[in-house]
Amino acid sequence: MNIHEYQGKQLFRENGLSVQDGVHCTTVEQALAAYDALGGNVVAVKSQIHAGGRGKGNLYSPVSGDLVMEGGVKIAFSREDVENYATNILGNVLVTKQTGQEGKIVNNLYVEGGCKISHEYYLAILIDREEKMPLIMASSEGGVDIEEVAEKTPEAIFKVHVDPVAGLQSSQGIGLANSLGLSGKAVDSFVHNVSGLFELFVSKDCSMVEINPMVRTEDDEIVLLDAKVGFDENALFRHPDIMELRDLSEEEPTEVRAKAADLSYVKLDGDIGCLVNGAGLAMATMDVIKLYGGEPANFLDVGGGANEEQVTTAFGIIMEDPNVKGILVNIFGGIMRCDIIARGVIAATQALELEDPLVVRLVGTNFEEGRRILSESGLNIHTAETLAEGAKKIVELVGGEQ
Amino acid sequence: MAIWIEEDAKVLVQGITGNQGTFHATKMVEYGTNIVGGVTPRKGGQTVDLGAVQAPVWDTMTEAIEATDADASVIYVPPRFAGAAIIEAADAFASIRGNGVIVCITEGIPTLDMVKAAEHVAKYSDVRLIGPNCPGIITPGETGGAKIGIMPGHIHAKGRIGIVSKSGTLTYEAVAQAMSINEGQSTCIGIGGDPVNGTGFIDCLSAFENDEQTAAVVMIGEIGGNAEEEAAAWVAENMTKPVVGFVAGMTAPPGKRMGHAGAIISGGKGTASEKVAAMEAAGIRCANDPSEIGAVLLESLKAAGLR
Repeated sequence: MNIHEYQGKQLFRENGLSVQDGVHCTTVEQALAAYDALGGNVVAVKSQIHAGGRGKGNLYSPVSGDLVMEGGVKIAFSREDVENYATNILGNVLVTKQTGQEGKIVNNLYVEGGCKISHEYYLAILIDREEKMPLIMASSEGGVDIEEVAEKTPEAIFKVHVDPVAGLQSSQGIGLANSLGLSGKAVDSFVHNVSGLFELFVSKDCSMVEINPMVRTEDDEIVLLDAKVGFDENALFRHPDIMELRDLSEEEPTEVRAKAADLSYVKLDGDIGCLVNGAGLAMATMDVIKLYGGEPANFLDVGGGANEEQVTTAFGIIMEDPNVKGILVNIFGGIMRCDIIARGVIAATQALELEDPLVVRLVGTNFEEGRRILSESGLNIHTAETLAEGAKKIVELVGGEQ
Repeated sequence: MAIWIEEDAKVLVQGITGNQGTFHATKMVEYGTNIVGGVTPRKGGQTVDLGAVQAPVWDTMTEAIEATDADASVIYVPPRFAGAAIIEAADAFASIRGNGVIVCITEGIPTLDMVKAAEHVAKYSDVRLIGPNCPGIITPGETGGAKIGIMPGHIHAKGRIGIVSKSGTLTYEAVAQAMSINEGQSTCIGIGGDPVNGTGFIDCLSAFENDEQTAAVVMIGEIGGNAEEEAAAWVAENMTKPVVGFVAGMTAPPGKRMGHAGAIISGGKGTASEKVAAMEAAGIRCANDPSEIGAVLLESLKAAGLR
């Protein structure tokens, strides 16, 4: 689960870390009031969406599709600037490298006081899967695309593994500060902020904290100018305060509803819907559709113990996508019996009045019974014995209708 | 010989009195697994009806292992308690027997709980953790065998193919593919789809390499992390037996979690094409469709003079 920058900054502030004063706004009037409240000096006007690359993104009108403004993060030197930028940002669509072409509507703004930057750094905390340990990554090349730095100058990125129980040792913090070329009181400020971020990472079960840029000011203070914070969904049960920060408008609505029904769904761009049990098999099903010339419309894992009701919900979610022209059901019945799935498929297609072609591949426990139920249903359901056969069939059926 | 779990291994079920625990323990007994009892805190002294077996329940793993000398435990407790259950089992196995295998089926354990649990288990060199978020491990026997987990037992048969996979149903697919060319399995292991887990690909490949019963290995990966790449490098250096593979997620979009907590392409890393390229460079023949795993395996067996 991700949160907005302004929410991340509030968490940092509550934990005594160095952030600039700032105000969360949803209207132009609030943005102007924020500018006044921050002393009428230089401020940053920042679009708030759950995606990176905001500064280099562009804003478009949701109505005409015309370009409104280049850059989703602006430095305002006057009240007029703030008014102009806030107007151009709020309610418009921000397209960045990470949002995809459709972009995201910006409903939230953050107006933040400026500071005199001497140098920009990069800092991230994440879980290193191979070492099975949290990892702090820092670079003196901040403010730029860190993936590019990692590729071109990996020696400019410094890494420290930190035991979550022991916490960041001061020697580790000072070592990292030295690697970044910091000296004097900037070292203390750096260690204070990085230790605090690490404590927050552990205490709130973060999956990722990324600060790009973290800056050294002209007075040698470290300031966290950015806040990209993600949380481990599996641990949200112990953080009701974090759960309240969830902004559902930033998430794909169908994915949210699927999750509520205990289904795992990801929307894709193709026209062949898939309904599969198991995440690995669901990915493989998408891959095989593509392999035989089709395009998958979604990833959907109904899980190991799906019942008739879940199958119906799953069909409903797949069919909400107007691009879907056909559906491939691929079930390896282990604990789940194929005859139960077959009945679920029939009930769902009848309840939803499915007209698109449907190919069902059932294998595993009671598969003969499952196939018999489908073929005797009198419905227009094609069956297949292997995944390849099923994929070829649905690609052919969907292609034939185009 | 199979790997880690013998056909007659004595198995405890942690969370045996819960719905999932009782259901799957019954299935394991049906398959022929030697279930010797279970653990649920504050339910010690009870008995759970598993059909052919009336399983005694203890309050703690220490009591259960002392009473049964179990070789392995399988965990079906809810996510919020699973990290602690792993640590309890590891301490008990290490202090009483010095060794043991812990199989954690539970899905949805907080990552930091797993960081702590994995670090704890790693302190004991002879205690092994398999999973979490996995189907478990199975060593099929001539009749019955040891099924420790949630996989459908009846699709398996004893044989000479080792299978290791991050996925559940895709593992069953690989088993069915092996069976389609008349090859049974030595041991099948689901290592799980979480970002932080216990046993990894290399542990399994190394054990299969040293196992007399195993002649060839099927390795099933998926997007996320770089365990497949590391395994491929290990295979190139160390493996003499044929390995064939499949990687799921060629069409997965970046930045989206595909069902498994660990199945995500982040920062352009962990793509299926990178993994397949690394595996093929290491001499691992990869199927691009799971329906072809059988054919690719047959080719590899023939090339190695095993068919």
